[in-house]
Amino acid sequence: MPSNLFNLTRRGFVVGGVALAALAAVPRMAFALNVDQARGLIDRAIGEVNDTINSGQSETAMFGSFERIFQQYADVATIARSALGPAARGASDGQMRSFTQAFQGYISRKYGRRFREFIGGRIEVTDARAIKSYFEVVSVAYLQGESPFDLRWHVSDKSGQNLFFNIIIEGVNMLASERTEIGALLDREGGNIDALIETLKTI
Amino acid sequence: MALVIASLMAGCAAGPAAQGDINDPNEGVNRAVHGFNKGVDTVFLRPASRVYGAVVPAPLRTGVNNFAENLEGPGDVVNNILQGRIDEAGTNTLRFAVNTTMGIAGLFDAATFLGLPEGDTDFGETLHIWGAGEGAYVELPLRGPSTTRDSVGQVVDLFLNPFSYVLKPAHAEVASGAEALSIIGDRYKFGETADSILYDSADSYAQARLLYLQNRRFELGQDADSDDTFLDPYEDPYAE
Repeated sequence: MPSNLFNLTRRGFVVGGVALAALAAVPRMAFALNVDQARGLIDRAIGEVNDTINSGQSETAMFGSFERIFQQYADVATIARSALGPAARGASDGQMRSFTQAFQGYISRKYGRRFREFIGGRIEVTDARAIKSYFEVVSVAYLQGESPFDLRWHVSDKSGQNLFFNIIIEGVNMLASERTEIGALLDREGGNIDALIETLKTI
Repeated sequence: MALVIASLMAGCAAGPAAQGDINDPNEGVNRAVHGFNKGVDTVFLRPASRVYGAVVPAPLRTGVNNFAENLEGPGDVVNNILQGRIDEAGTNTLRFAVNTTMGIAGLFDAATFLGLPEGDTDFGETLHIWGAGEGAYVELPLRGPSTTRDSVGQVVDLFLNPFSYVLKPAHAEVASGAEALSIIGDRYKFGETADSILYDSADSYAQARLLYLQNRRFELGQDADSDDTFLDPYEDPYAE
């Protein structure tokens, strides 16, 4: 039975926890990207994520590690711009900078709270392929007490560096989810981006 | 009731929604139902799950879930056959046999341990394989996110499981009880995620809808490859 409110949680839980680990993805490298490189990058990144998850660090320390990895290896500016959606077109450069900064903190906290679900777990890369203009690295996440689930990483070098820009967990993608969330927050603020930025800092 | 089913079927015939689209013509009604479901969670399900989680030890909770899951086995097999997936029908038959015997009436998932993976399915998937589009998004009272196609599937599944014809009333009560407990158990197990969707999102209705539709399409093998709205933020009009 796939469809009830409470089954939804079975799928949704994944989004929180895994996305965080996924945020720790791709080390920056200078060369142009191909399938093997994309796969290699995610392989190594996942190694680091796995090490962090199972390091026995305190919650706070682990949260800090994930946040640093996200700041360093994700294309945060592009993810933030995409999450803001059409409103990004009307935003000033200064607003975009502030928004990106606030968004980065918000994402780190939001997914950082969920890391506990990963302790004792591991993620394994199983495949990688080119899709259109970017690469998809396919991995499987094994969490304690859970059926393994599908975790995909979208990697691009279009920012000038090899970075990941989306994470897809059992079909649910982070960009779309955050665009919905940020859009709803912006509506709540009556479309005022500055108010949205202040709100994000408090979530 | 007949009217409801007729309108559901009409929705089904509406053909496939384009990948990535959200087809939600009854959003107003759905949002009202979502409010109701959220209320049920707040006053009943969430508190009940906390009590259940605190009182019942984890192995027993897992056993209850396995038991409830195993009862759906024969229904899965019927659907597999209707889908023309004979291999999966065989696997699910074997799973049911192993778990019912070695797994002591389904309390233990011995089959997964023996390398027979879970193969959940439902009549919504069967309809998908037969060519039915997903129709409109629907949030069902108590049951949550669905589509017209999957709602019809849920109704049909009630009648498709051979168990619904052979169980004595007392046994049927045990089955219903196990299913109810497994829902409470899931609410406990995935409590933080459920809380974050229902209570921490700015728009819990929209988040639940997005999550359900994306995950369901993924389950049915409508993959990202064919999905043009699968965001490429570097080509996104908003990105420049």
